[in-house]
Amino acid sequence: MPTATYVELLNLACGALLATAVLILWRRQFAAIIRWFGVQGVALAALAALLAIRGHDARLGAVAAGVFALRAVALPWLLRRALARAEAAALQPQRETRPLVNVTASLLAAAVLTLLAYAVSRPLTALTPDSPAAHAIPLGMAVVLIGFFALVTRRRALAQVTSFLLMDNGITAVGLLTTASTSLIVELGVSLDVLLAVGVLQVLTGRLRETFGSTDLDELRELHD
Amino acid sequence: MNALGITGGVLQAVVITGGAPLLTGLMRQVRARLEGRAGPGVGQPWRDLRKQFRKEAVTPDGTSEIFRIAPLLLVATTVTAAVVAPFVTSASAAGPMADLFAVVALLAMGTATLALAAIDTGTAFGGMGASREVTILALVEPTLLVSIFALSVGAGSTSLAAIVAATLSDPARVLSPASLLAAVALAVVTVAETGRIPVDNPATHLELTMVHEAMILEYAGPDLALIELASSMRLCVFLGLLASLFTPWGIATSLTPAALAVGTAAFASKVAAGGAALAAAEVFMAKIRLFRVPELLAGSFLLAVCAVASSYFLTGPN
Repeated sequence: MPTATYVELLNLACGALLATAVLILWRRQFAAIIRWFGVQGVALAALAALLAIRGHDARLGAVAAGVFALRAVALPWLLRRALARAEAAALQPQRETRPLVNVTASLLAAAVLTLLAYAVSRPLTALTPDSPAAHAIPLGMAVVLIGFFALVTRRRALAQVTSFLLMDNGITAVGLLTTASTSLIVELGVSLDVLLAVGVLQVLTGRLRETFGSTDLDELRELHD
Repeated sequence: MNALGITGGVLQAVVITGGAPLLTGLMRQVRARLEGRAGPGVGQPWRDLRKQFRKEAVTPDGTSEIFRIAPLLLVATTVTAAVVAPFVTSASAAGPMADLFAVVALLAMGTATLALAAIDTGTAFGGMGASREVTILALVEPTLLVSIFALSVGAGSTSLAAIVAATLSDPARVLSPASLLAAVALAVVTVAETGRIPVDNPATHLELTMVHEAMILEYAGPDLALIELASSMRLCVFLGLLASLFTPWGIATSLTPAALAVGTAAFASKVAAGGAALAAAEVFMAKIRLFRVPELLAGSFLLAVCAVASSYFLTGPN
């Protein structure tokens, strides 16, 4: 692949990552959030595939396939199933009704976080100034920060799970961009961990809803026997 | 200032003034067809304007000169923007003075004048419309500036003509994340600034939801015609800016009749396509609540900031 095309496609994949993160923060409907999360999974897989093709690295290619299977197919499917079950129970509107910070303010906060990501990742970029992948690190870092912000400001359990996964997408992107050769075992371990975490959180959410009739985590203030 | 820019400027003013009502007519026609109506035809806005211009000019009692000069000022600022921005030719009639700040300020000045005129009438709806319009304007301007600024980082100049020329010489630039994010932000801003669904409904006369229509409620006859003409032209200018900044192909770069004809045809077809797409998208959308408009505009501002940020991040060695 010619270098110019590679750089352009790499930048495009990273731009798509950031844009989908913004859209996940912007939208309230869970269905829309999950859809954009799936799109982000595709962008992340494309990023890994690009790095694999560039480095002629078969193991990274396997990582790309794994990322696609997990983040673009399996996790959105799991989330959609949880959403469908919550809708069947019809106990609450299926959207983030009252985030701790309103959407306008959180979008402006995300703008500040993007600039912060640029500031904090300058040393990382400076390590390998010749690599185009290193220049995209701030975008991955911005996704991590936006995911963390969404995680602390969302109230509903499903939105928090999605925010957690958004943050994890960002971490994976930064990992891919910094090392460009994550060992297959490490990536496999992380991916399985994430899958397991989502499974556990899903069971927990189900129990929460059965017991309290809501998944608003702010209501869990006191301990009961 | 050169011959190409001046010819282009004159041509643009004529094309936009003559074509803007047709654009409005086209959009109404597309909307009507999609809703299953026959529609009044593309020429209807021009027939409406002709009818209005023949009427006697009346102004409400107690209004001042601001009310009378606002329509003229609105048309004048829009025509100036239409002359200096690069639409048909890649050169500008005003040379390097026609940078993004000048064009954005010209367009904002028209809106601000109209808001003043609306307050001048002293009616409840005028004040309400003006307050809403200025709220939207205050949120739109930063996004507009920041997103065009993201494009100017790549071109190394804030002159619109230089940005267009840079995109022409390097077409791959359009597909960079900075350019794509800026395109989305600018599209949202265009919708908000020209008062289309989902920010404002141009067809409504329901008092509680009006924004632009509430401001011009007291106008009648030739003044109303001027304002209607200017709103169509503003829509045309914004769509033209989008077309020139993101798809500048076909724009005239030399002063030959053939190049100018191709440039005019390309500009007209791009704007018509953009307007038709906008009208088609409107059919599937509902107007959002006024209190959620800041959310939409904050989102587009964030996209614009991301565009600037990524244009700085991703300018590494290739």
